[in-house]
Amino acid sequence: MLDQSVYLDNGATTRLDERVLEAMKPYLFEKYAVATSQFGYSLGTDAREALEGARAAIAGTLGAEGEEFVFTSGSTESSNMALKGVAMALGEKKGRHLITSSIEDFPVLHSVRALERQGFTATRLGVDQYGRIDLDALRAAITPKTILVSVQVANQEIGTLQDIASIAAICHERGVLFHTDASHAFTRLPLDVRQVPVDLVTVTAHLIHGPKGIGGLYIRKNTPLAKWMDGGFQEFDKRPGEENIPGAIGFARAVELVTPDETARLQAMRDRAIERLLQIPHAELNGHPTFRLPQNANISFRFVEGESVLLHLDMRGFAVSTGSACFSRSLEASHVILGIGGNHERAHGSVRLTFGRYNHPEDVDAVAAALTEVIASLRVISPLGKE
Amino acid sequence: MPLPYSEIVMEHFRHPHNVGRMEDADAKAIEGSPACGDMVAVYLKVDPQTLRITDIKFESYGCASNIATGSIITELAKGKPLEEAKQITWKEASDALGGLPPIKTHCSVLAVDGLRAAIQNYEERHGLVKEQVPTTTEEILRRLKHVMNPVVGLDLVRTKMVHEVEITDGTVRVVVDLPADHQFAATIREGIVEKIEPLWDVKKVIVEFTE
Repeated sequence: MLDQSVYLDNGATTRLDERVLEAMKPYLFEKYAVATSQFGYSLGTDAREALEGARAAIAGTLGAEGEEFVFTSGSTESSNMALKGVAMALGEKKGRHLITSSIEDFPVLHSVRALERQGFTATRLGVDQYGRIDLDALRAAITPKTILVSVQVANQEIGTLQDIASIAAICHERGVLFHTDASHAFTRLPLDVRQVPVDLVTVTAHLIHGPKGIGGLYIRKNTPLAKWMDGGFQEFDKRPGEENIPGAIGFARAVELVTPDETARLQAMRDRAIERLLQIPHAELNGHPTFRLPQNANISFRFVEGESVLLHLDMRGFAVSTGSACFSRSLEASHVILGIGGNHERAHGSVRLTFGRYNHPEDVDAVAAALTEVIASLRVISPLGKE
Repeated sequence: MPLPYSEIVMEHFRHPHNVGRMEDADAKAIEGSPACGDMVAVYLKVDPQTLRITDIKFESYGCASNIATGSIITELAKGKPLEEAKQITWKEASDALGGLPPIKTHCSVLAVDGLRAAIQNYEERHGLVKEQVPTTTEEILRRLKHVMNPVVGLDLVRTKMVHEVEITDGTVRVVVDLPADHQFAATIREGIVEKIEPLWDVKKVIVEFTE
């Protein structure tokens, strides 16, 4: 392993910002008490105050009230809570039909699958070649028995943005609840629940240089949501368990540290990366050229396999990700690349670069140069693409 | 964190031996397909007198274990008589590499299959197949185990997609459990024909789909 490594997998997780850690420290060593009621001892009421401050700050960035935001252990829990909570609340009363897209991240896709095993039915909307759902197909899929639509803001692998405002408007008009997984887009792209009639929003801290193990769910007032985990009365009696106060403080600080300038800087690196990588022969952009997460570049290189690319880059000190089956724990090719109509070969040869606070424009040039060499050398030994 | 690959695997992955295409090969074989994510081509040069492998090369589209196994298997086979090279097992290749992760068995078996198929290709081309046993359903099924079902990246037999095999007067009919208009139907048909056609007593291969 090289001393100098360049981390370009910020879509998997990010490095914690030291300033976030500094904000958290007092709540680990001095103000470590649980958040007590207002009649508790002062360490506990201080903790309560800090927790509520963090909550209000994070909710505020979504245009929401503090009472509409519940802390969770991360986006997996948030999406499970949204889908299963609505299913449990409305399954008997209204219906047992859900709608989602075919390229959602696993917390949503697998929650839907789990609900199907319990007798719910689901429509998985296909996507176009860029990964966007068709709004008419959504309209057509909604039935009187539909209780929830769950479509992500931005895709985890190919970075494609959905038209959340229109999707929310359709759901609102048809009286169907709408959940969106905003894990990868939160703070990088504006989302205001006063303008977009979304009912549930999944967010997480670890993708914006915040701590791991803390996330949240925005729950619009009066949204029917059953409590699916049993315990105490924390988080407005919606999510039991002792509050993760250092995590909440860190999350709020991480949100505060994201600036539009920084996002523009990531976007410039993304654009430079896409431009440079598309100069490699037989390369193809995955995802939409403009409706795209500012920090995500995803390119497929023909005739080479992603795990080999990844290992060669690792030896040169670069950390990237691939949608190849060989790399995944399940040995299944990326459902996202297959979902946009790509074949297995396109999934196997896909390379995802995701930028973060600690990347520099020089990293882009370095990784592009390394990738150019690696792809060329793997093509020399590949039996494909020579005729 | 240490990689799941041994140092020897990594060395062969970094600097694979005997890599490249051989234009004037005496025999060659391709195993796997782009759809299943791993593909190996093996090329042989054979001394017709001694029946020794004088030169061997491979090409790989695949992960590190696929590349490393291609490298080691060609090293192990080089200079050996065909009869001996045929006997090289996946276990020997894996041992020579200091072990392979179990999840990567499929990708590495492919390289061993590639070598055997190339030797078989040489024998079939040079009339060295000793006993010309008539083709049986078992033999067809054995060969279909090397045709991938790209939907899941596993072979047709393991994924129970072979609906029927029928052999009549040199015509082999294979019925696959898949709609004829499925996106991978053509790829699968090609794979089946490629594996069964070289059999000495097969004159025609018909691939049909259930729907």
